[in-house]
Amino acid sequence: MSDASIRQENLAERYADNMREGIVVRGLLILVALVFLALFLFLPLVSVFAEAFKRGWPAYLAAFDDPDAMAAIRLTLIVAAIAVPFNVIIGIAAAWAIAKFDFKGKNLLTSLIDLPFSVSPVIAGLIYVLLFGAQGYFGTWLKAHNVEIIFAVPGIVLATVFVTFPFVARELIPHLQALGKDDEEAALTLGASGWRTFFKITLPNVKWSLLYGVLLCNARAMGEFGAVSVVSGRIRGLTTTIPTQIEILYNEYNGVAAFALASLLAALALVTLILKTFLEWRYADSIAASRHS
Amino acid sequence: MSVALVIDQAEKQFDVFPALRGVSFTVEPGELMALLGPSGSGKTTLLRAIAGLEQLDHGRVLFDDVDTRQLSLRERRIGFVFQSYALFKNMNVFENIAFGLRARPRAKRPAEADIRKRVGDLLDLVQLAGLEKRFPAQLSGGQRQRVALARALAIEPSVLLLDEPFGALDAKVRKDLRSWLRELHGRTGHTTVFVTHDQEEALELADRVAILNLGAIEQIGSPDAVYDQPESAFVCEFLGETNKLPVHIAGGQAFFEDTPVFRSNGQNRSGPASLYVRPQHIKLVDNGPLSLQGVVEHIRRNGALRRLEVAVKGYAKRLELDLASAVAPAIGERVSMKITAGHIF
Repeated sequence: MSDASIRQENLAERYADNMREGIVVRGLLILVALVFLALFLFLPLVSVFAEAFKRGWPAYLAAFDDPDAMAAIRLTLIVAAIAVPFNVIIGIAAAWAIAKFDFKGKNLLTSLIDLPFSVSPVIAGLIYVLLFGAQGYFGTWLKAHNVEIIFAVPGIVLATVFVTFPFVARELIPHLQALGKDDEEAALTLGASGWRTFFKITLPNVKWSLLYGVLLCNARAMGEFGAVSVVSGRIRGLTTTIPTQIEILYNEYNGVAAFALASLLAALALVTLILKTFLEWRYADSIAASRHS
Repeated sequence: MSVALVIDQAEKQFDVFPALRGVSFTVEPGELMALLGPSGSGKTTLLRAIAGLEQLDHGRVLFDDVDTRQLSLRERRIGFVFQSYALFKNMNVFENIAFGLRARPRAKRPAEADIRKRVGDLLDLVQLAGLEKRFPAQLSGGQRQRVALARALAIEPSVLLLDEPFGALDAKVRKDLRSWLRELHGRTGHTTVFVTHDQEEALELADRVAILNLGAIEQIGSPDAVYDQPESAFVCEFLGETNKLPVHIAGGQAFFEDTPVFRSNGQNRSGPASLYVRPQHIKLVDNGPLSLQGVVEHIRRNGALRRLEVAVKGYAKRLELDLASAVAPAIGERVSMKITAGHIF
């Protein structure tokens, strides 16, 4: 055997060694990730549904026969139906201002938008109680004018709006910034009005980011517990949303009913995830096109 | 349709940085004008100010005798072609070109059949018939550029403005589009201003060239005028290649290292100066008056010409000259050179 061929063989062996090592490391990393996902994601998800169906379909359906549960579901839908559109409009406005214009205090506004993410929802709820509660700053005035905010639906909407505010703006700002101003300026020089430019050019350009933002905002609006729990007072059948109703039922050792309601929220999360994945897959081309060039 | 464009004492400041410092010039109706300058010279700011996308701090922009400050963006009827083309990604070629027509107020909006006809004509004009259903992402760079141009022409603009129209294209496409644009301008006759940093592009395409530097106009004139009679050292260096020789002027002659090398016609100045000489204006000669001695260091092929780099005693760089003849000196050979034309600043 010549020197050259020995060297060749050594190289091949070392290459194979490297590859084996690569496979081992890769396998290990995948295993870690899978174990983590199984423990922290799949197991809880499965157990929610397992607990909900522990006593079978009739018991599961009976959980929704309760007027309090129905009221909680109705309230959750109402709150989301107010908070999400509100945050979409305000979020678009804020993202538009930040991405397309230069003004003093822009950085401050940007960090203010993130504030709800960094403040504990319970604190957020407490602040509203402090402001609008019976003993709060505006409490006497509100009471004199017969306006109920705390322990009522307006308080829940306020708290939910606060907690879910960043989702739409956060999705839109980087996308709008990356797109620049050229398209809008082109539309304006071509004689389009501001509204037409917004609805025909800007909005279509960011529709996928907007949709993600709306999906996430909605999921959070329906699932918010901390802030809502503080401001709602958890009056059964009146101010309980799905998450607070779940807690009440669970504390009363009504496991099946609690998990049945929880399965609704879990299903919502799954639908959101599936919808997002489906949209990404179905419109991959136009999403890519709207992000580049 | 075409208007005369007047820019009067345009000034614009960005924070502490002056982008335009009192720029004035006129573009005749139907003229093709190039704004040429290095980056940061203010040329794009000026173009955007003409379009109304940027507000001037001082000065006016007139279309014929109408002050454009009285006009809305829509009323200005600007055909603006962006460097990035800014085609609407969510619309196909047809809808992109039709956008300006559909965006008109209802009373002035053409009927659908008229829009179809107009867009069809424009597609023919920019040679893109058959591609109306394509989306911008499915077009080549040159095609996108032509769609952007057709879209700008659709609104029957009073002024056509092009920002680095060929900047994003590769060299071959760029050459083709250049002559095509020249021809198109001949046919449509819009008052046109385009911005470029490519002097070759400006000289080849434009009726007149305005050369900007640091927010002010250095010189304005026909391509021949600015190339052959540069009025400043900047213009001389910016347009084409040039050798810069440190000389001393005395008695109407330019002396390099105490040797007279050039007769400075009509300039009654004296003292130290710089003599700018283009490579094609140095000839190899047999010894004679006003000649310069040097040693050939390099010979490079430069298209049809040969570029000689000659070391001259007392000159830190190499004197560059172009040789058209097939006979060339060898490297290391001693040569005599004569400067046939030059500019002293």
